[in-house]
Formats: sequence, C-alpha cells, structure tokens
Amino acid sequence: MSPLVEDLRRRLLAKERVAVVGGNTKSFLGGRLLDEPVSMLEHSGIVNYEPTELVLTAKSGTSLRDIESCLKDARQMLPFEPPQFGAETTIGGVMASGLSGPRRVHLGSARDCVLGVRLINGLGQHLKFGGEVMKNVAGYDLSRLSVGAYGTLGVLTQVSVKVLPIPDKEQTQVVECSQAEAMEILIRFGRRPYPISAAAWIEGSLSIRLSGAANGVDSAARSIGGETRADTDQFWDSLRDLNHVQFDQENQWLWRVSVAPTTPSDAIDSFCFDWGGGLRWVKTDPDDFSVFQLAASLGGHATCFARERTGGTGMQPLEPGILRLNQRVKEAMDPFGLINRGRLLEGYH
Amino acid sequence: MQTRELVATLAAGVQAERVLFHEQDVAPYECDGLTMYKTKPQVVVLPETREEVCHVLRTCRDLEVPVVARGAGTGLSGGALPHAEGVLLVMTKFNRILDVDADSRIARVEPGVRNLAISEAVSHLNLYYAPDPSSQIACSIGGNIAENSGGVHCLKYGLTVHNVLSITVALDDGSIITVGSDALDSAGYDLLALTIGSEGLLAVVLEVTVRLLPKPEEMRVVMAAFDDVTKAGDSVGGIIAAGIIPAGLEMMDGAAVAAVEDFVKAGYPLDAEALLLCEVDGTKEEVAEELSRVESILKDSGATMLRVATSEEDRLLFWKGRKSAFPAVGRISPDYYCMDGTIPRKHLSLVLRRMREMSEQYGLRCANVFHAGDGNLHPLILFDANDPDEVKRAEEFGAEILELSVEVGGTITGEHGVGIEKINEMCVQFSSDELTQFHSIKAAFDPTGILNPGKAVPTLQRCAEFGKMHIHHGQMPHPELERF
Repeated sequence: MSPLVEDLRRRLLAKERVAVVGGNTKSFLGGRLLDEPVSMLEHSGIVNYEPTELVLTAKSGTSLRDIESCLKDARQMLPFEPPQFGAETTIGGVMASGLSGPRRVHLGSARDCVLGVRLINGLGQHLKFGGEVMKNVAGYDLSRLSVGAYGTLGVLTQVSVKVLPIPDKEQTQVVECSQAEAMEILIRFGRRPYPISAAAWIEGSLSIRLSGAANGVDSAARSIGGETRADTDQFWDSLRDLNHVQFDQENQWLWRVSVAPTTPSDAIDSFCFDWGGGLRWVKTDPDDFSVFQLAASLGGHATCFARERTGGTGMQPLEPGILRLNQRVKEAMDPFGLINRGRLLEGYH
Repeated sequence: MQTRELVATLAAGVQAERVLFHEQDVAPYECDGLTMYKTKPQVVVLPETREEVCHVLRTCRDLEVPVVARGAGTGLSGGALPHAEGVLLVMTKFNRILDVDADSRIARVEPGVRNLAISEAVSHLNLYYAPDPSSQIACSIGGNIAENSGGVHCLKYGLTVHNVLSITVALDDGSIITVGSDALDSAGYDLLALTIGSEGLLAVVLEVTVRLLPKPEEMRVVMAAFDDVTKAGDSVGGIIAAGIIPAGLEMMDGAAVAAVEDFVKAGYPLDAEALLLCEVDGTKEEVAEELSRVESILKDSGATMLRVATSEEDRLLFWKGRKSAFPAVGRISPDYYCMDGTIPRKHLSLVLRRMREMSEQYGLRCANVFHAGDGNLHPLILFDANDPDEVKRAEEFGAEILELSVEVGGTITGEHGVGIEKINEMCVQFSSDELTQFHSIKAAFDPTGILNPGKAVPTLQRCAEFGKMHIHHGQMPHPELERF
C-alpha cells in the first residue's frame, strides 16, 4: 500500500479530519472543503487492463488522459465520455463527481460503468466493494453509491470500470431548427433503432451523433438527413468540457439542470441542451438561486457551475425524507464526519 | 409473539381475508425458486394498497416482527424464504401497469407486474424492456429490483440497475420515499443504485419507473460448435477484441447440449464439446456487417460447425434450446442445483477443468450454461433430493465452485443474489470490516432490522462458525470472537 494511502488510513483511524482531491479541477462544484486538502495525484497507475475482459482498474490518482490514451491504443474507450476541466483530471475525481459526457444517453453514466472500488471509510478501514467482473450482486452496491459522492463517503483509492470498443465509425448530422423542433425530432427518432450516441442542441442547430458499424451509421445518416459535421470530435469534446463559446459569459452564472429529456423547451430558458434533452444548460444573473425551485418543480435537479460562487454547495437542496437518508448513509460510512467536510451535504457536521 | 395477537393487529389495517395464518394457507409460500430451503411463515399478508403495506411495516416494527417481501417467488437464492416468526409480505396484488409514456420511453408499473408483461404491454409502440432473466414470463419487476436481475442480453443492454429510472419504496417506519427520478441522474447520494440489488433488506418496493428501448430492426443469431472449450472461450475474446458487443453471447458445454437437444430438438450438434450462440441486433445494415465479421472470427477460432438462423423461426428455435437448459436438465435428473458465479472470462477453461475434477470427486454430474459475454457461469449440479447424502454433496460441490470463482478474481453471485443460499460464501468474498460496513448501511435504512433479517449479509458470528473467514493480509479479523 502506498505511503499516502497508509497515511490517510492512519489519520482517519486517529479520528483526524481528512480532505482529499484528485487533480482539483472541479473545486468549483459543490461546497468548499473546510480542511486543507491532500491530493491523490501521487497514488497513480493502471493496475490491470485486459482489453478482451472489457475492464480497466486504476489507482484513483491516475490521470484520465493516461487512461484514455492507454485505452485508445487498444481501440477502446470509457463509455460515459467523462468531461475534463483540466489536464490534471484523475479517474478518482471523475468517479467522485460522477459527471458523464454526451455519450451518457447511449452507453450509460459514470455510475453505470463502475464495476468496483476500493475506499477508506471514516473509520480508517480500507475496503473493497464490487470487483472486475461485469455482473456482481454480492453485497450492497457501495461502488455505485460512491460515484457522485464527492469523496464524502470514503477516500477512493482504486476504481474498476467497464470499457467498450471505440465505434468503427462516428458521424454527426446537423439540422438547423429551434429547440422545440429539436425535441420533436428526437422524440420521433427515439422510437427507431438508430445508433444515436449523442444528441445536443446549441446555437440554433441540433447535432445528432451516430456511432457503430459503418454501414449502419451511413444508412441512419441518410434517414436522419441534414448536413454532416466536418468537426465531429472537436464539437463533442468542446460540448463535453464546456469549452464552447456559449458557455462563457461574464457576469453570468452557469447552471446544469437535469430533467426528464422530454421536458418541454419552454419550461426552462436554456441556451443549450445535451443528453437528448436531459441536460439543460442555463445562465442566470449572479446569486440567482431560483433555478433550484424551477428544477424541483419539473422533477429534476440543478447544479451551479459558476466558478465565482462563494457560499453553499451549489447543489439542489434535498427534500426532507431523502436528506435524512443521505445523512444516515453518510453516518454509516463516516460516523465521525471526518472526510471532505463541507463538500456535499450543506450544514452536515 | 403470539400468532393471534399479531394477526389481530395486522387485520386492523388489512382486510382479514388477506391475512393468512392457518397452516394450509401459508404452506404454499414456504419457499421460493430455491426449493432446498423451506420455512412456513407465521403469517402471510397480501396487501392491495400502499396504506396496507405501511400498516404492516409499522406493525412489525412496533412488535419487532421480521418482514420478508416476496414477488413472484421465482428467486434462485432463497431471498424470499419466509421467517418462521415473521410476516411474509406478498406483493402479487400490486400488478398494474400504471402509465406508459411512449414519447419519453418510460413505463410506470407496480412491483408485482411480471417482467415480460412490460415488454408485451409496449410492444405495439415498437418498444421493449431490455433485462430478460430466463424466468421473465413469471418473475416480477419488484423481485428484479431486489436482485438486480440480468439476463441473456445484459452485456449490451445492462442489468436492472441500468434500466430503472426511479423507485418508490416504503421504509421500515412506514414512510414512503422516491429515489431516482425521470431525469437521468438525481441530487445527493445514489440511493437508487444502493437500493437496487439490496435483496429486500433496505426497503419494500411500491412502484417502479423503467426505461424502454426501441425494438431492434433486426436480430440474427449464429450457432457455432467447438471440439474444445478453450477454443470456444477464445472465440468470445476474439469477437470482443474485434470491437463487437453482441446482443447475446451464450455458451453451453457438451453435457448441457446433450440434455437440451434431447428435450427440444434445436438442431444442436451432439458431438460438440462447447456450443456458442451469438446474436447481433440493430438496423439491417449494422446486423449484416457485424454478422459477417462474427462468422469469420468463429471460423478462424476453429469452429467445427457454423449455422446462421435464416428465419425468425430458426432464430427462436436456436434460443429455445438455450432457454430450456434448466428444464432440460430437470428431465435427466430428479433435481438440479443452479450456481451463479462470475469469473474473468480468461479463466474459463481453468474453471471448467476444475469443475470436472470436482464432479468426479463429489460423484455428481454437472452441466454448464454460461453467459459467455460477461463471464457469468451457471453450473447445474445434478442430484437426488431424496438422498440426504447427495444433497449434502451437491451443497458442498456448489460452495466449492463459488469459492473457486472468488479465487480467480470473480464473485459468488452474478445475478441470482446471495439470499440464504450463499450467505456463508459471503464470508469468503468479504472481510469482516466490509461485512460490518454492509451492516451499518442496513441500519441506516432499517435501524430495528425487521426487513428480511438473516439474508444477504452474514453476521460475523456466522462467519466465525462457518470457519472460512476471509483472511486479510494474513491477519484473522476479530480475534476476540470465539471460533467453533
């Protein structure tokens, strides 16, 4: 076991508070850590990767870029297309935030793809849940529970993820239309077995990415119509990483609103949708928290992506019954409230 | 607790004719699909409304009486085995499909709805529900949630956890919450993922929202025979290395092929040591392209026979063989015991060889069916339940297979759940700290521990008695505990 992991384990065993980050590229999400964070970057390395088993296991501090380039050599990829907000993005941070990119609509989310984790709980115990096989229902699914928990349920030290082949061909069709028309088009196509791997609307046009066997992509592209994008990889990467120019605007706050994909376009004033309508990107004046109310009224939830935000967690307030269960789960994993204080459940410990 | 007093309290909130306690009335519920274990429950309740479920839960919590929820009773790990002093909460009357939204491709259903009934109800919309456990004509979606059920198509389409958007559940105190939503993710911890596969230990499912998929335009299946299991295993690796994720990828060994062919005449070659079924689906163009690549990989891997189903009739016949494997084996043996280990696929030939050795050692035949794409093995151990010694040997044989699965880096259960059946093997797969963590999660949901006690997660005492405690770094956990 690496000295860093051993040290964290020892500190938690001694009931010392611990704050952990990966590459610290997503510090603008969630609440600010109350304790001085330790970076997991030095705890890195791919532990096991066999392409035909479709599984990769890496220490949590391993950089996402290293993992993706290793996968690419075997013509494979992480199915959920995780966003990268900086070169130092780690696989541990990817799992802790649980964020997924455009391909989420097709091949599932970060949580869907995780097969196993190792973590240090709040008692300083180094535990292993799940494993390196596709199907595993022994014990509660604490691997998936830890995805999106921002490290507050335990220090992630190792993760195993399902990987998939890179599609033979990818092509993006663009149709100029309003947001409302885009949603109608997607509802229509949603009933057809087209190999759609992403669908997003921005700047007055709907982009639909097709992935798979070349003949299948070609025939679906003919049925869908529109123009073929010349810059397909670049377009989806910039949408995934929020690098598109539309995401940047001074004196405005950026919000990610997750709703049922068929939520009408006039219900939320969004400048862009991804995930076939399931993710709506919204801009507001600074300190305008009304998005939470709007998201709740639509049965969804909002997350503040503004780097300027200072207080709070920027996360959708939980309804009382769910909040109580969240707190009890936190207590079950970290009874003394030692790990990543301030990051997720506001006002907790 | 006196039965009379318990029945009276339950009947205060549930119509008396749906509270059963006479021996002849509760006897039909004494076991689920794992018939080796039988216990008559003290009381059986068949609730019809949420209020009735909550009344049962509150009553049982106040009186400290165990509650075991049961769906269709098809589970293979004894997860719905009743508790002798407890209430069996039978959810079959919750059998309505509440709403189908074709535009959003979701369906809202009650937990007692059968898995296949969902696909049947949305078939005219060109949609279906993907997870297809082999018991799908009978098993309920509530039971699928409890077990995180898979099926033959889960390599491409995922398990229950990947196809459910939200569930509404009753907690031990009779409160009702919804975890998940119609959005693709939710705020806070992923309680949906935690609840799915929790084997009825955390909550009772009242309603489920599932994701539906458009039906593929075309499905084609190819059958390949091999004279050697290793070659068949390698061909599976070859298909995946070529970048193809088939919709289904199933393997059977010679013993299973023989039993099946005798039963359904699917046209399986009787001289095969291993038989592979590979299905590709999608648009016509995708299917044609992938199928020709799969065929050439199978040829290159040394398939001795290759047949592509040319009609839908043929395709269904090929699958009928695989789907009839359990009853087919049931014809050649008075009883069989179905195991459920998952292994990294690369260890397939090693595991099959070791199982042949065990088969000789225990003097019991064994036929293998295998979800080859995801490494999930279903060895069927043949025995006679009227012979106590055979029962004992079958159980020992099964336990050794599960321990072997863990030894090669796999798991004791891929899709059937732990239930009561594999409770001892949990001590092999998890350390005492890990088991203790599971118990604290259980207590977070169900502090008085009334929900399905004694299943899924063993107590440390039980592991100590079982004598196969997972040894972590050579150190015996909890040295203070007495060992028997």
